[in-house]
Amino acid sequence: MASQEMEQLVRREYKEGFVTDIESDTIPPGLDEGTIAFISQKKGEPEWMLEWRLKAYHQWLKMTPPSWAHLDYPAIDYQAISYFSAPKRPEDGPQSLDEVDPKLLETYEKLGIPLHERAALAGVAVDAVFDSVSVTTTFKEKLGEAGVIFCSISEAIRDYPELIKQYLGTVVPVADNYFAALNSAVFTDGSFVFVPEGVTCPMELSTYFRINAANTGQFERTLIICESRAQVSYLEGCTAPQRDENQLHAAVVELVALEDAYIKYSTVQNWYPGDEDGKGGIYNFVTKRGDCRGDRSRISWTQVETGSAITWKYPSCVLRGKDSIGEFYSVAVTNGRQQADTGTKMIHIGEGTRSYIVSKGISAGRSNQSYRGLVKIGPRAKGARNFTQCDSLLIGDQCGAHTFPYQEIGNSTATVEHEATTSKIGEDQLFYCQSRGISEEDAVSMIVNGFCKDVFQELPMEFAVEAEALLNVTLEGAVG
Amino acid sequence: MLEVKDLHVTVEGKEILKGLSLTVKAGEVHAIMGPNGAGKSTLSAVIAGKEGYEVTSGTITFEGQDVLEMEIEERALAGMLLGFQYPVEIPGVKNIYLLKAALNAQRAANGQADIPAPEFMKLIKSKIAEMKMDASFLQRAVNEGFSGGEKKRNEILQMLVLQPKLAMLDEIDSGLDIDAMRIVADGVNSLRAADRGILLVTHYQRLLDYIIPDHVHVLVDGRIAKSGDKELAKELESRGYDWVVEETAA
Repeated sequence: MASQEMEQLVRREYKEGFVTDIESDTIPPGLDEGTIAFISQKKGEPEWMLEWRLKAYHQWLKMTPPSWAHLDYPAIDYQAISYFSAPKRPEDGPQSLDEVDPKLLETYEKLGIPLHERAALAGVAVDAVFDSVSVTTTFKEKLGEAGVIFCSISEAIRDYPELIKQYLGTVVPVADNYFAALNSAVFTDGSFVFVPEGVTCPMELSTYFRINAANTGQFERTLIICESRAQVSYLEGCTAPQRDENQLHAAVVELVALEDAYIKYSTVQNWYPGDEDGKGGIYNFVTKRGDCRGDRSRISWTQVETGSAITWKYPSCVLRGKDSIGEFYSVAVTNGRQQADTGTKMIHIGEGTRSYIVSKGISAGRSNQSYRGLVKIGPRAKGARNFTQCDSLLIGDQCGAHTFPYQEIGNSTATVEHEATTSKIGEDQLFYCQSRGISEEDAVSMIVNGFCKDVFQELPMEFAVEAEALLNVTLEGAVG
Repeated sequence: MLEVKDLHVTVEGKEILKGLSLTVKAGEVHAIMGPNGAGKSTLSAVIAGKEGYEVTSGTITFEGQDVLEMEIEERALAGMLLGFQYPVEIPGVKNIYLLKAALNAQRAANGQADIPAPEFMKLIKSKIAEMKMDASFLQRAVNEGFSGGEKKRNEILQMLVLQPKLAMLDEIDSGLDIDAMRIVADGVNSLRAADRGILLVTHYQRLLDYIIPDHVHVLVDGRIAKSGDKELAKELESRGYDWVVEETAA
């Protein structure tokens, strides 16, 4: 295929994107102690929380943004950002699906999102969505019976201060990195999950989340705690396209797994990637870390990243407990001018700890993608094992894929394996499928989905189907 | 059914086919033979629509349609199917999935709905039995880790499922042991039908012991130098290609 032709076809618009007017009592742009006090007060937080935020703010002032990532973007003016907007009132949203952009609905259709969720996702006033309200109530009752706490982080700060004090910032310390410090100072939104000892959460926390928290914030803070022998599967984000007025997103996610606990955290990220020149896309700087604090605990990250102009994200595991397990399964797709620097860190501290990394990167258009992974094995981590598989697939000849694996092995009994491949989507593979009567677009989607299979099978079932559809939508027109 | 007229094809500026003409009628089996580098595989690749082959002059028509104007998949949907000499591996894509996608693409082109799952399974089971393939093949990724013989059997399996009007088989015998060759040949023979044309590209006569062709063509230096029946293939077997080359030069 001629590269010129390829280039032409790679240019696609984010036709799924849409803009809604944001009506809120937004405070003027700028960040100082007053801003933080305002946020804390608006959220009705206790004094200790304000102090915690201010401490983070002062740390942040002393820090500089990281420059090591393989990303290119203009300096961010933090004083030009508005740090608080009140949640939208239901009456300001569309009152029924008839008022929603038909193109958006078409995308939901393509993604196979269940009918009863579409209205909620499109921001239709909740009162108008009878189905999802009843669904939600049922969920709440079920979770309550099991003793699982699932609420917004703001509610948790008010209602469960002891748990917050005990766990918040213990996995990602306030001064961990520039963006985490900023988040700690100004976070306004996010979720809190607490699964008590011996309890297996009776449902995937995905469906609930998608219905109720589709309008996610700019600085999200999530904290998930699984006590001994507890288990939870949590799904963040949504295949539905999301656009946001706020260009900078800096979320922090902390996971704590005690003895024999298992946390499965799946993400599907589809933020607006910007126009053809990469303008207007979301900058996504995320700190996600799980702490396998207890023996035999297990934390598993699965992510499908298709959106954002800039992605800076390394979901990590600190394997403290003996025989604990950390997993990272990732599919990242970049098209247009998107840039992604993503990967994971597996920090082996305890004896017999194991980690498993499968990263699949797909680059199309003029996008650039890097895998950055650290495997660190401490002196006490006797018999620790890591397996890393890192594959890149290139579509067209104007995109880039880079791999930066770091290994720090402080222990001679450790076993570390790394496999990496980079391949171009084979014209031979395309020709083979097409010569069987399969259209080029279907052939690309078949090949790409085959490439991602190892990761998709880690996603919750119904979500894997949506993720495949999402991949197809994202790469629509990536190849002639 | 297939009519190739005075076909000239260049690859990377080098002329490979220099005025090839060939007519394949329904119900006929044609074997294209010839020394290495004569352009045998180029012919089937051009008919299937592979990139990188420039047709500088000549025509290819299939059932009255101008093949050179058709997209790759349109050619397949029109009924021309190429069995590859070196089928490519597609990691992560199950064999059964490819078969189903191909069959449904064909059905869609004919205005039919997707094949119901039970009907598809029944069809596939009978076809894999015919190719003496284990059912586990269906669950494996397309051609991944297949032996040479398994790949070739898989190509024929696709033909049996898709039932093309014109089956083109490029060096389907290469790399096969005698048992695998028999199975592949049986598969091809079962494709023989009054409404189907078969084009076999082969370097060796031995395949033609199992699949008896109606016509044999010797391709030398981009043109058909000699045509005959199965006896010609036998003559090539005993005398080699040199005499045809010399005859052509003379």
